[in-house]
Amino acid sequence: MDLIAQIEAEQIASLGKTIPDFKPGDTVRVGYKVTEGTRTRVQNYEGVCISRRNGAGIAASFTVRKISFGEGVERVFPLYSTNIEYIEVVRRGRVRRAKLYYLRSRRGKSARIAEDTTYKPLNKNA
Amino acid sequence: MRSGVIAKKIGMTRLFMEDGKQIPVTVLQLDNLQVVGQRTNDKHGYTAVQLGAGTAKAKRTSQAMRGHFAAANVAPKRKLVEFRVDEDKLIDVGAEISAEHYLEGQFVDVAGTSIGKGFAGGMKRHNFGGLRATHGVSISHRSHGSTGQCQNPGKVFKGKKMAGHMGAVRVTTQNLQVVRTDSDRGLIMIKGAVPGPKGGWVTIKDAVKKPLPDNLPLPAAIRVTEAPVEAAEAPAEGGEE
Repeated sequence: MDLIAQIEAEQIASLGKTIPDFKPGDTVRVGYKVTEGTRTRVQNYEGVCISRRNGAGIAASFTVRKISFGEGVERVFPLYSTNIEYIEVVRRGRVRRAKLYYLRSRRGKSARIAEDTTYKPLNKNA
Repeated sequence: MRSGVIAKKIGMTRLFMEDGKQIPVTVLQLDNLQVVGQRTNDKHGYTAVQLGAGTAKAKRTSQAMRGHFAAANVAPKRKLVEFRVDEDKLIDVGAEISAEHYLEGQFVDVAGTSIGKGFAGGMKRHNFGGLRATHGVSISHRSHGSTGQCQNPGKVFKGKKMAGHMGAVRVTTQNLQVVRTDSDRGLIMIKGAVPGPKGGWVTIKDAVKKPLPDNLPLPAAIRVTEAPVEAAEAPAEGGEE
């Protein structure tokens, strides 16, 4: 392992985040820390994950798209951001693309994603 | 003025801070950084320390340089740089400098040789605007425009910005902040970018345009462990050749 990968692996370990197994197409709920003046609270942001980038490294990020008041909203979160309190998978989707950018040009019925009923959790110990 | 250090650029990554901030950092490594020589007022007319970094194969080091390293009792080095220092801040020959030489949060100037871009046009080299995409411009969309006036002066002024060789020159980036240091592995993490390619050598000095922190290690942060052992091995290697 080169030195940069080693430093990144150490940092990921020291951040101590538990990242659930989720893919593009899954509906996720992200708890994001918001600071208003001096108060800090956790804001929920729920939508479809439409892309994941840069693998599992420290620079990894994912994009969540939702329709808010009739307007499409996309937010990009760094996977290991210290501002993320939690990531929850709400629903598993079955898709055939790694990047679901085609959802941007769709509305309503055609923007639905079928539920993946065959999902098996990864057994990390095996 | 205290000594700077020679470091090798390893690459860039990012650090996540507790407050949610991400900091882009360049990782620099001190690789067997030792003092190879001293320049003194009596002998040379100025005061400086000569530092060496990296490891060179003894058989690929010239006889003259082998003698120079043997005199200092250090293993042959890849890169040698002199740093001007005050007379009271000279460092003993053979001392190994550790990454704690710089404090976290301190500002430094980093100098290195920038990545060579070859022969580059005016748009890339000097941020020229180029010519228009349409309105009769023919096959010269990225050219520079006029280079001067008419019969008077009848020449192109010296220093006119034109296409030419770009990069591969010594560049100093000032006022970069040290974010973290790791003395075990000799790592210094500096916020932002640093000139040069990965694996290139850079020199780090205290920032000239910022006040020095109070508790800087003077004359340098010396690594104590194993230093005598390495020094003992060095002449043996030199002797074999």
